[in-house]
Amino acid sequence: MTAPDRAPLRRHRRNRVLLQVACVAVTAFMAVPLYLITLAAVSSRASLNAFPLSFLPTDLSLETLGAFLSSTGVVPSFGNSLIVGLWTLVLSLLIGVPAAYGLARTPFAGKEPYQLFLLFTRALPIVVLSVPLAQLFLTTGLYDTTYAVILLHTALSLPTTILICASVFLAVPVDVEEAARVFGCTQAQAFRQVVAPMALPGIAAAAIFTFVQSWNEVLAASILTLNRRTLPAQVLSSLGDSPLAYRFAGGFALVLPALLFIALMRRYLTNMWGSTIR
Amino acid sequence: MRPVTRRAVLGGLLATPLLAACAGFDTSGAAAPGTVGFLSTQFTPVEERQRFEKVLRSQLPVPVAYNPVEGGVFTTTIKSQAQARNVRTALIGGLYNDLAPLADAFDDVGGILGQLSGAGYPDEILKLTTLGGSTPKFVPWMQATYIVAVNKQALQWLPAGADVRELTYDQYLAWARAAQAAAGRPVFGIPAGPKGLFYRFTQGYLLPSFTGGQVTTFRGADAEAAWTYMADLWAATAPASTNYEYMQEPLARGEVLVAWDHVARLVGAAKDKPDDWLMVPAPRGPKGRGYMLVLAGLALPKGGLERPAAEQVIRGIAGAGMQVETLRQNAFFPVTSVPLPPDLPGAIAGEAAAVKAQAESRDAILSLPPVGLGSRDAQVGQVFKDCFRAICLNRRPVRQVLDEQAERLSALLADAKVPCWSPDPAAPVCAVA
Amino acid sequence: MAAPTLDRDTEAPARRTRRARKGPSGLLLIAPSLVFMALLFGWPMVQGVLLAFRGDQGFTLEFVQRMVTDANFWPAVRNTLLLIVVLIPVQFAFAIAMALLLRAKPRLANVYFFVWAIPLAVSDLAAGLVWLAVLTDRGYLNSLLVGVGLPPVAWLAFDNWTSLFLAVLIAELWRATSLVLVIVVAGLQGIPRDYEEAAAVFGASPWQRLWKVILPLLRPSLQVALILRTILAFQTFAVARALTGDNFPVLVGETYRWYVTLQNPGVAAALALVVLVLSMVTSVVYLRTLRSEEVR
Repeated sequence: MTAPDRAPLRRHRRNRVLLQVACVAVTAFMAVPLYLITLAAVSSRASLNAFPLSFLPTDLSLETLGAFLSSTGVVPSFGNSLIVGLWTLVLSLLIGVPAAYGLARTPFAGKEPYQLFLLFTRALPIVVLSVPLAQLFLTTGLYDTTYAVILLHTALSLPTTILICASVFLAVPVDVEEAARVFGCTQAQAFRQVVAPMALPGIAAAAIFTFVQSWNEVLAASILTLNRRTLPAQVLSSLGDSPLAYRFAGGFALVLPALLFIALMRRYLTNMWGSTIR
Repeated sequence: MRPVTRRAVLGGLLATPLLAACAGFDTSGAAAPGTVGFLSTQFTPVEERQRFEKVLRSQLPVPVAYNPVEGGVFTTTIKSQAQARNVRTALIGGLYNDLAPLADAFDDVGGILGQLSGAGYPDEILKLTTLGGSTPKFVPWMQATYIVAVNKQALQWLPAGADVRELTYDQYLAWARAAQAAAGRPVFGIPAGPKGLFYRFTQGYLLPSFTGGQVTTFRGADAEAAWTYMADLWAATAPASTNYEYMQEPLARGEVLVAWDHVARLVGAAKDKPDDWLMVPAPRGPKGRGYMLVLAGLALPKGGLERPAAEQVIRGIAGAGMQVETLRQNAFFPVTSVPLPPDLPGAIAGEAAAVKAQAESRDAILSLPPVGLGSRDAQVGQVFKDCFRAICLNRRPVRQVLDEQAERLSALLADAKVPCWSPDPAAPVCAVA
Repeated sequence: MAAPTLDRDTEAPARRTRRARKGPSGLLLIAPSLVFMALLFGWPMVQGVLLAFRGDQGFTLEFVQRMVTDANFWPAVRNTLLLIVVLIPVQFAFAIAMALLLRAKPRLANVYFFVWAIPLAVSDLAAGLVWLAVLTDRGYLNSLLVGVGLPPVAWLAFDNWTSLFLAVLIAELWRATSLVLVIVVAGLQGIPRDYEEAAAVFGASPWQRLWKVILPLLRPSLQVALILRTILAFQTFAVARALTGDNFPVLVGETYRWYVTLQNPGVAAALALVVLVLSMVTSVVYLRTLRSEEVR
């Protein structure tokens, strides 16, 4: 009896090791700048002026972070950003998911023009629309409220939401949905019980983009509000002119909540009804 | 139980806005009635803003909600509110060229200026308050200028016999070259970044010192000499300057040791260790010592809120207390004739001395940023920026660049049809000679 | 009863009368989005387009002329197009590779995925800031070089176009690949492993499995990711501005410069229209060439 062939097993193990190495390399590329911004946000100002810069947390100080968080309007604007982000999420999913379903499933002429129309609004740099947009909200009386920012952010995120969800709905086999209908579900029930769970990763992806985009959006928020600003509107203009240490502290504080949201949502991204691929 | 916990968290998050579906939290304190909403382009850096707000609270009886924004948002906010006839601010503050394009949105302030006639505003500043029109549109707020900050380490390379407070441009260049040779890298810097104010150096310091004028002498032989000098100076300047918008950080970090910049953008370098730094006036050229004045003003928007309180704030800002405190905290100088106290902090006292020496030198040439050009001021500034880029960065021949840019400048001036401003000799319609 | 139609072809005529299913027609489903967008953007869009052509005396092409004769215009067009042509394929290859790495279920896959998705949360201003801190003359990269004894390099020197281009490329690669990654991962969830396993049983190499099985099934997600990423790529300027100032002009950066710094909304609107047209043209190309086959 010949000895069992260990070559496939060795190859498998080697592939697993290579896989881990590749993952670690990519993680290093992605994580190092984040580590640096965290480090710089909690370092003292003197250490940021030294050269060569230290890569290790040797000279820690929460001074700039504390000063940033206690500067005028940061905490209320944080609340405003949260309100805007979450409501934008709700509104864009409410309007966008049915539209995506319609785009993916039901026949109507003008699908391409519709998609182009959606992309139109995203493709034009909205800085040139600053004055008309502000005027629109001033005349309708919504200026300087979170409602204005919610509406505009929803409009900005509808293209991504609709297109991403549509692409995922397209990937859900029609047969399964038809089968549900055959067994007595209405279209709405079929959608809720069958299509939506299978499309959850796409919906989750769209949700993440919408929230993060709204959280970080600064131009529209700056021109539509005056005294009830979101966090980027309140802070980013002053950060741009502030010393480096503050820019790091501000950048870091801005990133954290968006990170938390991603952490919450990522389970839905990789969770599929039937076959969970983790 | 994991998915339930996650869903519960998400549900809780979603419930928060449902419960707090208000129109938003107040971020600048303007919600309380009687508060003056003060929209401004000044003091955007975090610390400057905090200090100014403290000064406002301690010096003024009226509550002020200070709202500093960047230039684009400032213009959009004022324009859109004026066009929609729904003004939500009470007081506007900005530099001369922030306010000039928006002159139509402001009310006349002749009455207030009359009330403040005892403040002692200099005549040349009062002339600017009309923003190119016929009635005064803003009340002077504060002023600033540009000087040179010197790290005392650099003094060792100063050419023999030169007085650092009375340098000529040639001596400045020789110093830059000596420092570069000794230190192995250029240690002089200029704010040539996108938001850097370097083009003001060419408009207000270089050209007046070499040619005696700003736009009328734009393409003369003296201007050619000035730009050739600039190309030589650039060769001895840190190339990273094209990324510097404010000089205080590069100075504090030791990337450069000598730099020209706005007084408020230099003070941060010296605040921690004022004894390591010297603030000196700018050098002088063949025709004199050109220097530029930066003026900030307060305007009242047409249809603005809380008008009586806003006027009270303006009167308060013109008072001695505010003027001195603004200098003490944020390095912007008074526009009134208030005497400076003797106990200014080290860096500010150094700057005040340099500013005084610069303005009072026997051959001082006061230069103003373009007056009356409205929104074309930025494009005129671009002409000078493009000259710098073409001559110094791209090394094109000076005469060719000057001729090209003179065409553009002439076109802009012909469009605007405004009288010349200091340092050019008075003429009803300004044009390039 | 009419034959149930699986026809989702866009050339299907008479949509309303051909409803074979009970339930809202497609138009009803998309109507809210149409109304919403039209109400919010309709009038401002018209105003924005008019800005580019309305001078003191009515219709004028002076802004377009001014835009084209500006010294920075053609470099901005070239830089933007070059950035897109080089960046998008690299990003997609990178993102697909990352998604496939995750699909192979390494240990700690969840941690990796989270870290790889983090740049999504970083605003482009913050990303520009971070990479500036890394690449500036006295930044982290040069600190590393000096630490190991090498001389520092001026990565962001104004006269080294290649170095500036590479700096912007790497920063954008870091910042924006997560978008594609998340879409591809979401799309991959819908591809059962059975197909790949069947292909493997029939002797397909990993490369063939990728090309013949996975990528075709991923087409809807790839199409969406391509369109969105390209449109967003035309819009990015914050990173380029933070790293290079005015030394590496890009189209939307120029739009901002003309609108904010130079206070000339007409030329800014003309530039915005150029960006719009370029984005629309590429979107149409993507929509046509990557149309999914609706065969199930």
